[in-house]
Amino acid sequence: MIRVALAAAACTTFAFALAVALLERPVPAVDLPAAVAGTLGASGVEHPITAVLLNFRSYDTLLEIAVLLLAVVVALALHEAQPDSPDRMGLDNPLLRAVIGALVPLMLLTAGYLLWAGATRPGGAFQAGAVLAAAGVSLRLAGVALPGFEPPRLWHAGLALGLAVFLAVGTGALLAEGGFLAYPTGWAGALILAIELALTLSIGLTLLSLYRLAPPNADDPNAAVDGSARDGRHGSEPVATGRGGAASSDEDEQIGMGGDSPSRPDASAPP
Amino acid sequence: MPWLDLTLALALIVTAALALSTGDLFRAVVMFIVFGLVMALAWVRLEAPDIALAEAAIGAGLTGVLLLDTLGYLNRRFRPVEPDRNEAP
Amino acid sequence: MNGAMLFPWVGIVLCAMGLFAFIVHRHLLRRLLAFNVMGSGTFLVLVGLAQDGRGVDPVPQALVLTGIVVAVASTALALVIFRRWYRVSGHARLPEDV
Repeated sequence: MIRVALAAAACTTFAFALAVALLERPVPAVDLPAAVAGTLGASGVEHPITAVLLNFRSYDTLLEIAVLLLAVVVALALHEAQPDSPDRMGLDNPLLRAVIGALVPLMLLTAGYLLWAGATRPGGAFQAGAVLAAAGVSLRLAGVALPGFEPPRLWHAGLALGLAVFLAVGTGALLAEGGFLAYPTGWAGALILAIELALTLSIGLTLLSLYRLAPPNADDPNAAVDGSARDGRHGSEPVATGRGGAASSDEDEQIGMGGDSPSRPDASAPP
Repeated sequence: MPWLDLTLALALIVTAALALSTGDLFRAVVMFIVFGLVMALAWVRLEAPDIALAEAAIGAGLTGVLLLDTLGYLNRRFRPVEPDRNEAP
Repeated sequence: MNGAMLFPWVGIVLCAMGLFAFIVHRHLLRRLLAFNVMGSGTFLVLVGLAQDGRGVDPVPQALVLTGIVVAVASTALALVIFRRWYRVSGHARLPEDV
């Protein structure tokens, strides 16, 4: 109870401070929309947000794709350190397969359109990459094995492609124009489209890989270690794995998902 | 249209509160997906169609799949792994 | 108060709610939900504040777009780590949480 009261007090203070900051905010000294609109003609694209993302503030996007690559490298390292049992992902449902078969080409088309539309209207590499990842996740849910993952060389190259193309274009601009990511005049549109294409592939592949690199649902390491895992049906009496103690005192392990276990609210749920 | 904005604001707060306080974890995740969809509408009202597209694809779609998949993992974790059902009669 | 100025206040409420739930809950999946709600609140403050009656400002919108993609990547990574932790320990919470 004291914990909840303290948390409530802290959050009220936090909200109050934010509200004061909102009310007392300074008037911005620089008119950013006007600055963007004034230089939009030289940016190579006609949509202001794409221009900001890939020309005026391209460092942000460069570092963003680096962060994504870092996340997937961490997931890969964990995957190496803790191998999974064979992946038998996929719901074997013919209806799902038929629907996915009709949907995936449309999703690929949408991704391509979003990428192309990014130059002139809402759209761009991020949205296209997200749709691409969604298509990959749907295929995985339907149990369709995607090619290109098994010898991991091609897969890893695809993950790094976005950052590599971005860095190559930036370095090329540095050599040609004397400024990192300062696109030469007249080339900006084509270079931005090339970067966006690579970014789309890498973002889609990164999100899909982060989904693939989690331990699969069919995975049960206990089954091989201890036969009682096959008898114990529920996590309220998990088999001791490595830490030497069964965690029967944990009250919030069980979740109710319409299964045969009664759903139990968290002991720590706020009133 | 202040009414539309007020309704959206209320829907955002209510869905977020439900997603954070519902006892059943499955319902909480579903409310979080609804919250993502309402966020996409709010972005449209804020004249940010780019963010609305990204939020609809990511916040409602991908994050929902990831969370639901993890819920399935938590539920299935300690159950026996079903062997392939093609045993000889 | 016009429509654009309403959403930063909603963002503040979401931030506070998310922080509260993040502190109070111990289940890691619930903490992840709280973290995401807090992030959405931050995005609303960022974009809503920049265009209170001054028209569309593309710079914060581009920042938030970047932020959303990074947020989903960090959520996915957190889920990977959470599943691996649950796999080796059988717990959905951290041991140092009392």
